[in-house]
Amino acid sequence: MLLASFGSSSDLFSHLWQTVLPDYIANTLLLGALVVLLSLIFGTLSATFIVHTNVFGKKYLRWLLLLPLAMPAYLVAYLYTDIFDYAGPIQRLLRDSFGWQSPNDYWFFDIRTLSGAAIVISLVLFPYVYMLTRTAFEQQDQNLLRAGRLLGLSAKQSFFKIALPLARPAIAVSASLVLMETLADFATVNYFAVNTLTTAIYDTWLGYGDLAAANALASILMVMILFVVVAEQRARAGKKHQSNRPNQHIEVIKLSFTQQLFISGFCWLLVLSGFLIPFTLLVLMALENSNMSQLMELLNPSINSIEVSFYAATIATCLALVFGLYRRLSTDRWRMVPLSLAGIGYAVPGTVLAMVLLATFGPLDGFINDVADNFGLNSPGLILSGTIFAVVFAFVARFAAIANGTLSSGIEQIPRSVDFAPASLGAGLGKMLRKVHIPMLKPSIWVAWLLVFVESMKELPAVLLLRPFNFDTLSIQIYQLISDEMLEQGALGAILIVLLGLVPIIWLNRSRELS
Amino acid sequence: MKETGITVPEKPMQKISFVKKNMILVLASLSFICSSVVQANDEVNVYSYRQAFLVEPLFDKFTEKTGIKVNVIFAKKGMAERLAREGKHSPADLLLTTDISRLVELHDRDLLQPYNSEALLDVIPSQYRAKDNTWFALTTRVRNIYSAKRLGNIDINYEDLADSKYKGKICTRSGKHAYNIALVSSMIAEHGNAATLAWLEKFKANLARKPQGNDRGQVQAIHQNLCDISLGNSYYFGKMLANKKQKVWADAVNINFPNQSNRGAHVNISGMGMAKYAPHRNNAKALMEFLVSKEAQKLYADTNMEYPVRTDVKPSTLVASWGQFEADDLPLETIAKHRKEALKLIDQTKFDL
Repeated sequence: MLLASFGSSSDLFSHLWQTVLPDYIANTLLLGALVVLLSLIFGTLSATFIVHTNVFGKKYLRWLLLLPLAMPAYLVAYLYTDIFDYAGPIQRLLRDSFGWQSPNDYWFFDIRTLSGAAIVISLVLFPYVYMLTRTAFEQQDQNLLRAGRLLGLSAKQSFFKIALPLARPAIAVSASLVLMETLADFATVNYFAVNTLTTAIYDTWLGYGDLAAANALASILMVMILFVVVAEQRARAGKKHQSNRPNQHIEVIKLSFTQQLFISGFCWLLVLSGFLIPFTLLVLMALENSNMSQLMELLNPSINSIEVSFYAATIATCLALVFGLYRRLSTDRWRMVPLSLAGIGYAVPGTVLAMVLLATFGPLDGFINDVADNFGLNSPGLILSGTIFAVVFAFVARFAAIANGTLSSGIEQIPRSVDFAPASLGAGLGKMLRKVHIPMLKPSIWVAWLLVFVESMKELPAVLLLRPFNFDTLSIQIYQLISDEMLEQGALGAILIVLLGLVPIIWLNRSRELS
Repeated sequence: MKETGITVPEKPMQKISFVKKNMILVLASLSFICSSVVQANDEVNVYSYRQAFLVEPLFDKFTEKTGIKVNVIFAKKGMAERLAREGKHSPADLLLTTDISRLVELHDRDLLQPYNSEALLDVIPSQYRAKDNTWFALTTRVRNIYSAKRLGNIDINYEDLADSKYKGKICTRSGKHAYNIALVSSMIAEHGNAATLAWLEKFKANLARKPQGNDRGQVQAIHQNLCDISLGNSYYFGKMLANKKQKVWADAVNINFPNQSNRGAHVNISGMGMAKYAPHRNNAKALMEFLVSKEAQKLYADTNMEYPVRTDVKPSTLVASWGQFEADDLPLETIAKHRKEALKLIDQTKFDL
């Protein structure tokens, strides 16, 4: 991509710079900052309440708070812009009830603004922060907190002075994931009529037809991300000593009734607005507009979605495990490099990533076919760029950051001493990993797999451009109908995406509860 | 402890190569699974910028008649790029697009091949096909101006969108949508850069809200009294009337054909072109000829509410009821040629911000 950006015309660049680019960059930075801030507030607060307080209903809230993960952001954006729009049902009802005629007669917040976009995106992204922070809290060595209590700290103080700082790596990882997802987004901000750097990338490429300039802009975006990733890794360097002793009793902070009421209200509000309300809307639409034959038509897309997501999740998790352990156990000077590089794919808009893959696999396919022709064999066709290989590859490249982030924060929780203990007892490295590290990492491995699976189910732009013939996924079906203003017809497919994403979330939660 | 600790760092490579071997196995089996790219002879492959469900009824008819199976990939962004990267091994036979500039882009990047067929040349008017017969229009659509019924019957030109009497009364989708860019290009062709820039600035000042949503959303906004005037393609009017939720929106507006007393209404097309390296050329030709047949053109007219490119096929009764109109006879290639300038002007006025 960097190579391709060299041929760009400086003309177009200076034109963009003089006109819209400063606004786009400002919007991008502001949106990223707002979404990260809101997701951190939503995510760390809810994780703290669920793990460290006796808030009522926490048994259910514990997993209900994960549900917004299964909602594709573009879907929630569509539903919310539709409801809160001037012509939407809520404002219509208000106008009808109070006899208002025009927008000048009353004030109502404008959903199609940067802050509207930031709130809605945060509502579906905060579960990342919640999930990783909660896992960190639960896996913390409770002895450290007890030690704090013995030294005279209150339960609250020991949380702020010990538990929260110890969870910092997890919080930092999740915040950077949220930021990358936000920066790479196009479809969602598009519903909110917010123009960001991604808008500029699409404009230069599809509008001005200048792929080189588009690549240059995408590189700017990637440099910004690389900066964030490195800063985040630097910030937590040297602060990673943790112990992994799960299933210990965690002391909770006792809350008064009013406090409990407020706090559970806060958590329920997140569950409602991030999941229950949009999901109910979809169910209502589906009840009104769907029938059995539509469900049958969705069978194949569902199988396709599950198939590619399964491959992507498995491969991304395995790679993250290998890279993560390599970084931990190797003394190689460059051991950080694979992880940092693999991470930035998440910040590249799906379509741009797809373009890069086409540019790589297309010529490679050509070469394979030419070789086959030379040897008088049948041309194999486009075995890389024309099959689901390209789709799975794109998903792995895009979501590797999620798997890496989850696993590396899990690996950091394993005390260094563990690396040496088996060796001191005479066990080889293979045995040590099999018997010690991997079992200890099991929760993180599941979380990583799950997150990549759910994200792959929802992914749209890359699969749209890279898929083989007659290969529809659920997200493509929904996209086609949404872009023709017919979500009603696509509601059933949307429900399926959400439900198929929920299955692993709930299953994961159950299996961990049982263990 | 210390001594054994030192030996650890040397060993990780063993484990990694072991895991890597497993990964290679997984990847190998994966590529085996997806290596089902064998090409059959009784099929034709279509890359479509149009949503699959809009064209599927046509393809079903074609398969029914000829026994040739139609494979489709639909995508709006990057189709030309995919085709270019696949090069001479591309499986694509036929490209279907909306908007003239995409056809011209495919042509300019040398991704199409000519098809000099009497069956096409006889029925498609010359302004609606490429000079070298690489692309052909299938349907035409007007960029209409919708006006609130409460304004009564009005006579309106695109130039009037800049008239201060519509201050705060106009709604539109993003200025950078292909349909709006084409309209701005036609303004550049008519009035030149400077005048078009001035027009865009005043047009922007007249907007009731920041450009957002799609063409139908603007009509909905008129229905809700947010604005009085909007831009929209002709077929959306028919589609809204056929949708039980959207019918009330359409009932609130009149559809106007602009510039009837001068150059005529701006018209865009949907079209097709044969891929340069089409592996199933004969099937592609058969499909192209089918798509301009009276039968297929009638289907386009009735189900998609577009104007058939054939003059001997009438638009649907509903579309015909909106009245006759004069179309701007500016060559479509000229519109495509001004595309970049149009986009620059739109950026310069910060139309969407």
